Amino acid sequence: MNAIELNHVTKIYQRYNRRRQFATLKSALLSGSLIRDLRPDDTFAAVRDVSFTVPRGRTLGVIGRNGSGKSTLLKLVAGITKPSTGHLTVNGRISALIELGAGFHPEISGRENVFINGIMLGLSKKEISRRFDEIVEFAELRDFIDAPVKTYSSGMYMRLGFAVAIHVDPEVLLVDEVLAVGDEGFTHRCLDKFAEFKRRGKTILLVTHSLGLVERFCDEALWMDAGSMQALGDPKRVVGAYITDVEASEEEQLAAGDARAREAATTVSPDEPASAVLPDNPIETATGPADMFRATEGRWGSREIEITDVALMGSDGERAHVFHSGGRLDIRLKLRAPVAMTDFVVGVGIFNAEGVCCYGTNTDIEELKAERILGDAEAVFSIESLDLVEGTYKLDVAVHKMDGYPYDYHRLLHTFRIKSRTKDVGIYRPRHEWQFSDSMTFRRASNQ
Amino acid sequence: MARLGSMLHNLVRLARYRGLIQSLVARELKARYRGSVLGFFWSFINPLALLIIYSIVFKYFLIRGEDKLPPYEVFMFCGILPWTWFSSSLLESSGVLISGGNLIKKVLFPAEVLPIVTVLANMVHFFLGLPILLGFIVYNGMPLHVGELLWFPIVVVVQLILTLGFALILSALTVHFRDLRDILQNLMTFWFFTTPIIYRYTDMKPEVMRWLNLNPFTHIVITYQEILYFPGPVGHWYWLLVLGVISIVFFLFGYFVFDRLRDTFAEEV
Repeated sequence: MNAIELNHVTKIYQRYNRRRQFATLKSALLSGSLIRDLRPDDTFAAVRDVSFTVPRGRTLGVIGRNGSGKSTLLKLVAGITKPSTGHLTVNGRISALIELGAGFHPEISGRENVFINGIMLGLSKKEISRRFDEIVEFAELRDFIDAPVKTYSSGMYMRLGFAVAIHVDPEVLLVDEVLAVGDEGFTHRCLDKFAEFKRRGKTILLVTHSLGLVERFCDEALWMDAGSMQALGDPKRVVGAYITDVEASEEEQLAAGDARAREAATTVSPDEPASAVLPDNPIETATGPADMFRATEGRWGSREIEITDVALMGSDGERAHVFHSGGRLDIRLKLRAPVAMTDFVVGVGIFNAEGVCCYGTNTDIEELKAERILGDAEAVFSIESLDLVEGTYKLDVAVHKMDGYPYDYHRLLHTFRIKSRTKDVGIYRPRHEWQFSDSMTFRRASNQ
Repeated sequence: MARLGSMLHNLVRLARYRGLIQSLVARELKARYRGSVLGFFWSFINPLALLIIYSIVFKYFLIRGEDKLPPYEVFMFCGILPWTWFSSSLLESSGVLISGGNLIKKVLFPAEVLPIVTVLANMVHFFLGLPILLGFIVYNGMPLHVGELLWFPIVVVVQLILTLGFALILSALTVHFRDLRDILQNLMTFWFFTTPIIYRYTDMKPEVMRWLNLNPFTHIVITYQEILYFPGPVGHWYWLLVLGVISIVFFLFGYFVFDRLRDTFAEEV
């Protein structure tokens, strides 16, 4: 028996153009466009041809980017909006945790609001009376239940809303990203409650950005993208596909961002003295670690040796902007020296999003004495194992004289992102391993 | 025909929401005076104060000499009480879907409950004002006939149905045309003066009467006045019954409009 059934469901939102937004009844009457103004000028399909079924007692997780139609889908299932075309059936009492405490009236007490909210959600007075203590207990609001709701903190408000909605005892529970409402303890109890629902054979439709939750908790996952179904099936597989896609588009964004940054940097005339771009003495910048913490992006230098191209490459040798922690990173610099030079140093610096230098080195520090460069050249800086924590990083690359006089300095012009399965923190991840005595044991969580 | 069928289905379904409507009306009334010292007593004090002011005005300022009829303030009050119910209901319900937008967008909620609750909450206020009016009637030694009072529930029901019809249409249309609220403000002032509330219908010239007859609220007010103020039997019952039938048709029309626009609310508010 299916609890939720969608058959080629499409939801088209009506979009009105600017004229319509300022249209008034008066103008509608004057121009006789009353009927026309009630019609949309443009339409927008928020959900496009979606079909799926959720058998009774199963849990379906819906993931996808912002604006991909997840919430609209939930509203359709909840019956708040009707599908434009297609067919949709839901068997059993629905409770939708879409906006918690939506029906609360600020002036009256929590107690009265619980009753009215419960009635709105389809309970009878008697049923609410029976569950009242449980609701208050769950929301942890025993001391405040007779105070007007306007005096509640937003957390209290949400907790009460959640407590009422969850105690409606629905056969079908719709949850829209509401787990972020309370503190850790409350979130855990919410999850316990969901687990209890599952055990009791209730159907749950869960919209969330917490991919780990989907993998752990759902029997199936649905990935929505731009209103269409992108994938449906085993949560691990769907989440994996989704993550890959997100990385790919992040990749694109970073590439575009880098291109913009480089363009902006080159519009600053390279002939200008370095001090015009960077107020500090560039000699200091190249070597003095203190100034490495100053994050002003830009490009400067005499271009006697020019960095013509910077490529970040992963283990496959392809240009990329997203890398996995512990993976390989090659930074390839293409250089050009129109005349032969003998005094040069090549340097690389990695900065995190806060502008903290994670690592910096150059050929001089590493006691490589420059001999000669002429014409086109290539330098590759290879990192065997990129042991950085997850985050966005920026790159400095530079060629300068031994004394710091810059030939070509790219400051923070190149961005890359590190992805990691572990959410550890800090700026550096040492290669590490845990060892435990036999008297303490662990089990690997089916992980995020 | 299918639309009509689903509309009737929704109308029948409305009966299931009795409990919800009840508690929302109670909430509305509670919330209104929450935080005030006298609380619910304001529902009595407001009409009482108004009536006392009128008494002073008609006793000392606007003196109507030749009348053998009972005090003029009582006459006015017979019209103002139901009018307040009517006009507050319309003005409030015109904004009720927008202010209740959260419910419509986020909760599976029968939207028509909102204007209905507004009308009913104002009806309760009307009822709470009645004892004050009756007190003044008795105080002035005016006779009340049981036979006349039997018409009272009928006129209340007719007014209720008529008001509901207006409230449904206005609440639904205001979602699409926000400036309806401002238009309504002015319209209600005009409507007030084209209803025989502060003047007597019978004092008007015949051609004015003809125009007044087109105003549905004229007949409601006249009936109230005949029941509570004027001596003698209710002579306006024929008009009232016709209006009753019209009100029912109008209510169904209002519900139909509301029902047709229902699906647009969640997107527009």
